[in-house]
Amino acid sequence: MRHHLRLSLPSGRILIISVPFLWFILFLFIPFAIVFKISFSEIATAVPPYSNLVSTINDTIQLTLNLGNYLYLLTDSLYAAAYLNSIKIAFFSTLLCLLIGYPMAYTISRTEPPIRNLLLMLIVLPSWTSFLIRVYAWIGILKNNGLLNNLLISLGIIDSPLPMLHTNFAVYLGIVYAYLPFMILPLYANLVKMDWGLLDAASDLGARPWKSFLTITLPLSAAGIISGSMLVFIPVVGEFVIPDLLGGPDTLMIGKVLWQEFFNNRDWPVASAVAVVMLLVLMWPILIFNRHQNKQMQS
Amino acid sequence: MKAPSRSLFTVLALGYAFLYIPIVILVIYSFNESKLVTVWSQFSTIWYQELFKDEQLLTAAWVSLRIAFFTATAAVGLGTIAGLILARFGQFRGKTFFSALMTAPLVMPEVITGLSLLLLFVAMQDLLGFPHGRGMFTIWVAHVTFTTAYVTVIITSRLRELDNTIEDAALDLGATPAKVFFVITLPIIAPALISGWLLAFTLSIDDLVIASFVAGPGSTTLPMVIYSSVRLGVSPKINALATIIIGIITFVAIFATWLMLRMEKQRKKEMEQALIAANAQL
Repeated sequence: MRHHLRLSLPSGRILIISVPFLWFILFLFIPFAIVFKISFSEIATAVPPYSNLVSTINDTIQLTLNLGNYLYLLTDSLYAAAYLNSIKIAFFSTLLCLLIGYPMAYTISRTEPPIRNLLLMLIVLPSWTSFLIRVYAWIGILKNNGLLNNLLISLGIIDSPLPMLHTNFAVYLGIVYAYLPFMILPLYANLVKMDWGLLDAASDLGARPWKSFLTITLPLSAAGIISGSMLVFIPVVGEFVIPDLLGGPDTLMIGKVLWQEFFNNRDWPVASAVAVVMLLVLMWPILIFNRHQNKQMQS
Repeated sequence: MKAPSRSLFTVLALGYAFLYIPIVILVIYSFNESKLVTVWSQFSTIWYQELFKDEQLLTAAWVSLRIAFFTATAAVGLGTIAGLILARFGQFRGKTFFSALMTAPLVMPEVITGLSLLLLFVAMQDLLGFPHGRGMFTIWVAHVTFTTAYVTVIITSRLRELDNTIEDAALDLGATPAKVFFVITLPIIAPALISGWLLAFTLSIDDLVIASFVAGPGSTTLPMVIYSSVRLGVSPKINALATIIIGIITFVAIFATWLMLRMEKQRKKEMEQALIAANAQL
């Protein structure tokens, strides 16, 4: 078919390719370029609230690149702390998702097909219900007079409510809860294709289950581990809803900082600079994910 | 192949408990008469009645439903074309860049997508005078952009699963590529189109962050209303709304799965019959 399409429809082919290509150039690529541009402008009391980079003064065109926003990010320690804290939270919640998700995906992939499909559907179903509502569900559970505290008090384990909501603990819990399906699905897709004969052979030859897991199953599922980890890590670095609703005032995350710069301070240039630096931080993981995803799609 | 051990099944059961207990609690407390979400008084449907009196919420729900419908439809169209290009068009210049553009929205933090699209719309209005102001149209464009990536992944992997011998045979017999696409490829990938449409719909109706950036006055979506209400604290009305959403999604998910399994079976049966008929001819 490839061959035929190329021969018979050279112009049609380009036309078809250009439709989604142009859409994504216009609505994905150019917007990033604009963010980059505005990160070099200054906040202004105007509509839109930023200064122009290019101006004509006395018949000369002037290009003013204002590095102030980046210097500001460097000098105010809040931003560095927010970036580092986001990476830390994303890293540990990815690890937690992997530790919980791997045995789940492994067990599901080893059940019989009809049960397997049902179990898989039960993993996907919660992620189809509203993200916001699933985060909201934890507020009622973790509040000071919430269900968990009430339960612990009535069991006599604690005397006074433990502060759980608006802590880092709540943020981790919320992230793992919301992102667990994104870890399990790629792991499952990988594990279900595994040749279990290898494991049988290893055990026939006397390998202990743990040894064959570490030397066969784990390395063979590396592709699933990478996909799942990237699908959790990258969006969590920029997560806004969970730290906003479950975190406390000391839960610094860069997604929340960007939101506040934009909506509360109405400082579009600084918000843009925050976004550019976030993209630079995430560039490497995003490239790994892209290369990996393409390889998966090719095979 | 050995069955997994009992301890693995315990982990699995605990995992499901973790995923479902918060949702079950949410649903139970939507039928609680007390305004305190965490103290049970008695069974009541008062919060559902309250919900249907809330004009602001109903308006927002209608806005969200319309955006999600048009988003899903456009995303399936665009995603099908993109999937076809990635799976069937072979190599072309810029393919690496193209596929990078298609997969980036899958992991891109929402705050970045939202901010960058808003800045684009502002710049476009400055330069071209279009789109004039922000509202449902700009939310639709933003949602189509990020949901198409998901639809493309579903359709590409479906196309790669299927061998293209039938398509090749039809082309050899003189069918035009367009005819092959509409008569052979499209029916085969129909289940992927359905799941892509549903996924795009749920992603769109669920989005708070991107919509908050690109929305304008008069285009408040349902998640935006839920968010501002949740920020003020827990309210049984939100529990009632959550229960309705969960109910609809569960029903649609089960129905769609059943429909796709049936389509799959039907297709297999037709293929077998065609094979039998072909053999009889020989």
